[in-house]
Amino acid sequence: MAHAHDSSSERPAILDKVRPAELPRPKLILNDRGFHWITDKVCGIVEEPTPLWWKVLFGVALFIASFTGLGLFYLVSTGTGTWGLRSPVGWGWAIVNFVFWVGIGHAGTLISAILCLLRQKWRTSINRAAEAMTIFAVMCAGIFPLFHVGRVWFGWWLFPLPNQNGIWPQFRSPLEWDVFAVSTYFTVSTLFWYMGMVPDLGAIRDRAKTWWRKAFYSVLALGWRGGNRQWSNFEMAYLLLAGLSTPLVLSVHTIVSFDFAVSNVPGWHTTIFPPYFVAGAIFSGFAMVLTLMLPLRAIYRLHDVINQYHIDNMCKIILATGTMVGYAYATEFFIAAYSGNVYEKFAFINRAFGQYSWAYWIMVSCNVITPQLFWFKKVRENHSLVWIICIFVNVGMWFERFVITCTSLANDYLPSSWGYYSPTIVDIFTFFGTFGFFSVLFLLFIRFLPLLPMAEIKMVAPQADPHAH
Amino acid sequence: MNERNERIFGVACTFRKPADVFHAAEKVRDAGWTRWDVHTPFPIHGMDQAMGLPRSKVPRLTLLGGVTGFITGCLLTWYMNSYDYPLIVGGKPYWSAIYPFPIMYECTILFAAFGTFFGQFILNRLPHHHHPLFELPNFARVSDDTFMVVLEAHDPKFHVDDSRNFLQSLGGQEITVIRD
Repeated sequence: MAHAHDSSSERPAILDKVRPAELPRPKLILNDRGFHWITDKVCGIVEEPTPLWWKVLFGVALFIASFTGLGLFYLVSTGTGTWGLRSPVGWGWAIVNFVFWVGIGHAGTLISAILCLLRQKWRTSINRAAEAMTIFAVMCAGIFPLFHVGRVWFGWWLFPLPNQNGIWPQFRSPLEWDVFAVSTYFTVSTLFWYMGMVPDLGAIRDRAKTWWRKAFYSVLALGWRGGNRQWSNFEMAYLLLAGLSTPLVLSVHTIVSFDFAVSNVPGWHTTIFPPYFVAGAIFSGFAMVLTLMLPLRAIYRLHDVINQYHIDNMCKIILATGTMVGYAYATEFFIAAYSGNVYEKFAFINRAFGQYSWAYWIMVSCNVITPQLFWFKKVRENHSLVWIICIFVNVGMWFERFVITCTSLANDYLPSSWGYYSPTIVDIFTFFGTFGFFSVLFLLFIRFLPLLPMAEIKMVAPQADPHAH
Repeated sequence: MNERNERIFGVACTFRKPADVFHAAEKVRDAGWTRWDVHTPFPIHGMDQAMGLPRSKVPRLTLLGGVTGFITGCLLTWYMNSYDYPLIVGGKPYWSAIYPFPIMYECTILFAAFGTFFGQFILNRLPHHHHPLFELPNFARVSDDTFMVVLEAHDPKFHVDDSRNFLQSLGGQEITVIRD
């Protein structure tokens, strides 16, 4: 929600002389939909009787989520040996999955904060769902390091709380920085998401017919009245939270990359990691936003508010960040060759042609090659194809983290200690289940909270301009 | 204020278009009202100026939160790793501004966000579930597509009939007296 107030009543004389061509601005809302249509559309999703597809999907999601429950139960009751971790690979799927899910979260913050500061009005239609995705993805991510500590009941030792041993966390460790970064990220994202939702919760409250619905949304809306004195503080707070989330989101994946970069394992100890991780995170996150939004758009017929312009923009961001990621892969190779360090050189040759080369080439083909299709307008307009490409990107980004984590650990300095890592069924169950856990949360969000930010969409409608004639 | 205004919260008047309510707000401001508000489904660009509102005070609370967070981060790491239980790691100083910087950075952002979030709700006096406006039947449409100017009885210029006529002259549509 930007604050600019146009006072362009006086037209510069030069414009009459040069007569610039009128560039049509892409429409954000098609078919001249009014304010009431937007309210009806968004509140209608929450107000309609629970659709059958929702019940079926919710059941399926719960079933899949139970795999995580099962995996974790078995892990805790038996021991960490049930995961595929053994020397030399002490960081397997758990860390891969953690980085994968945290990365997915980043697109939500990019849309809600960075695009807000850059005054990209098209963000309004997708930002609420993308922020929800961020929060749920971070929840999925948090499971893995928490259980990776081994004795999960001591997980609270990660926080600076007094414990019976009288010792404190060690703040020189990047893993401890990560605890602060990820928990701050989760907290701030949740505050931002909720605060932005308050006016829309008020709108649902005002339309509520039944007692329980009125009570539920009244409590959540906190008595929001939409007075301009409230909006003035709200808009300022929104802008400030966007300003705070921007350095936050960049720091989170930077610190996640420090988990690797601060060590001295060949292939991890590189300065390119922070920007490379952030670009990869945004890349995978946008793919996930499209994976979720394209079906939702079709189910709820949101074509007027999420139109081709929005999809084009997201595809272009995927193309740009995917290309950056590809460039980073190339740079890593160049720096390894240029460094003259035999271990570093070996680490990269080994990635591409060693025992994990299959994973490396899956990563390259999914992350570098497939998004290049988005150069073509025809591809961007074919939404089934866009969806499939996004799935490829999601898969590719998971493999990127797998390649980084496992290749470097499996073949480090001493050939005598080399090994090969494979996940166990417990690893696979736990990871598979997180998709169900994520879907459960996302489905609940669709059903009970405003999926699109009504107030913000109304704000970018042409009729919202008080100077329009 | 006379006797019969006692139980009256104010007078409300609806508008159909952002431009109408915008120009009405400018006139209310110019007439010198102080206790009044414009209720809209979304923030209208330039409405703060049209109402003559001062800049929001939320940034002060953000700054307060941020400074608190930074100091908290410094003290936390210093107390835990240098004072209460000094940790010797690689012969490095017990505390420096460098190694715990990520902690200080994240604490700054976290507390600044708390300042912003709670500051916004404190300045807006929320939660506030019981308000006379909620009794107004057409207020429910304000979160949808209706715009409303409310002149409050606490304003020294307020008089029921005069205020109604004033709102009428601004081009308002439904004019209602809000009971407290």
